Amino acid sequence: MDVEARKIVEIGYGGNERLIMNMGPQHPSAHGVFRAILVLEGETVVAVDAVIGYLHRCHEKLAETLTYVQYPSIASKTDYVSAMTSELAYVSVVEKVGKIEVPKRAQYLRVLAAELQRVASHCLWLGTWCLDMGGALGGGATVFLYCMRERETILDLFESLTGARLLYGFHQPGGTRYDVPAGWADRCRETIAVIEGRVEEYEAMLDDNAFFLVRTQGVGVITPELAQEIGLSGPLIRGSGIAYDVRRAEPYSSYEDFDFKVPVETAADCYARYRVRMQEFRESIKIVRQVLDGLPPGPISSRPGVKSVGQVRVPKGEGYARVEGARGEVGCYLVADGGAKPYRLKWRGASFSNLSVLPHIIPGHKVADVVAIMGSVDPVFGEVDR
Amino acid sequence: MTGNPAALIQETFATTPTVEGHQLAVTLPVERWLEFAGFARRDLGCAYFNWLSAVDWKDNLEVLCRVENLERGVVILMRTRVPADDPRCPSLTSIYRGANWMERECYDLFGVTFTDHPDLRRILLPQDWEGHPLRKDYAVDTAHAPYR
Repeated sequence: MDVEARKIVEIGYGGNERLIMNMGPQHPSAHGVFRAILVLEGETVVAVDAVIGYLHRCHEKLAETLTYVQYPSIASKTDYVSAMTSELAYVSVVEKVGKIEVPKRAQYLRVLAAELQRVASHCLWLGTWCLDMGGALGGGATVFLYCMRERETILDLFESLTGARLLYGFHQPGGTRYDVPAGWADRCRETIAVIEGRVEEYEAMLDDNAFFLVRTQGVGVITPELAQEIGLSGPLIRGSGIAYDVRRAEPYSSYEDFDFKVPVETAADCYARYRVRMQEFRESIKIVRQVLDGLPPGPISSRPGVKSVGQVRVPKGEGYARVEGARGEVGCYLVADGGAKPYRLKWRGASFSNLSVLPHIIPGHKVADVVAIMGSVDPVFGEVDR
Repeated sequence: MTGNPAALIQETFATTPTVEGHQLAVTLPVERWLEFAGFARRDLGCAYFNWLSAVDWKDNLEVLCRVENLERGVVILMRTRVPADDPRCPSLTSIYRGANWMERECYDLFGVTFTDHPDLRRILLPQDWEGHPLRKDYAVDTAHAPYR
């Protein structure tokens, strides 16, 4: 928030027509606990102050008190909608600094989990976003319920893979904890084939919907310069015409083996971000098929069972590892002192950076557009507040 | 940007960056922190602001900032040390708008004061919180009043 706007907030009802409106912390469109203090002139927002931190658990301090073996299951609680990639970010940095090898099969399984997770996460995003924009989309909850239905099928797959539906504990330093059970690959193929068809249905419902286009086109434009300066990532920066994807910029976990496109749109508005995510559905499904076809045999972890949680030690050193989560770059910066616990762990959450663009793009829009813009950012507050 | 970034840094700041893959780590005195960020943005084309954070080394705090040039794949990790009893560091908000929230977070959790920051308030913790939790002298079980 710029200094002038800050003054307005502090003055309160200063000026003749200005009104301060609180949106949140308990607002259905906030997708979590987020409070936006909007300064309004009539229906138009002139300044925004974003208040976050309601979900703060000080993950970074917590990481200093838990061993490298204990923490991955906590890591999934940062971005709980995309738990697979959060865990992956943490174990990646432990493996990088600790120079731990990961077997090829485990790398493929990680890609498989990450891409299915991306589809599940995008389902939740699309559903809730359309729900936010409400009745204008022909029956409000329709798209939401359809998307939840598809997300459930992926959660079923994860349940039979890991035993859990939301926070998986699938990754561990050195590999994965579980291998695919018998018959799972066929079920997975069937599921993604269904979802691929359903994505077309969603598009048919939305692309020709005049209300949807009015609510999203030209709304919430983020210039490429602003996108870079803020450090946006994921579908947001790709919707602003910059082809930045960690899977391409710095391939990890054998992503270089797979053939996929990085969708980019140049309109930079809410609709462009929607288009990027819809194409990502298909690209992720394409990657899942390639993994299932090429899953190499072999062990799933280079670090089979330890007797106590303190037995995995990482030598003195530091490093930053990043992965492409559903919302963008999720990274961890680790400083290890040779012990069984990190000396310092920094989470770089995609949602935190993505959300910080709001005070720059919302002013000038109507109140109703705030909901559309916030939904198109797709923040997950577990990751914003950590 | 033209030329080799490592050579450019060596030439302009008389310090040799540590190369690790794509990443160049540059250790700077705190007086040149802002100057270097401007140089990275302008001359190295690092328009992408990735993150900023700190590490508590007990007698001093290390402030780290990662910026990138996405087209050329250049990654710069800037690092500087500030004394733990009076941690002051120039704010990068005039160069990268994304530094705003990251510096607020760093102030909130480490107590680093970013000079010339337009809006240096706590961001994750309540405004009346006492202490900075990521400092090593802040015990995990530090008591705090439940209602204020």
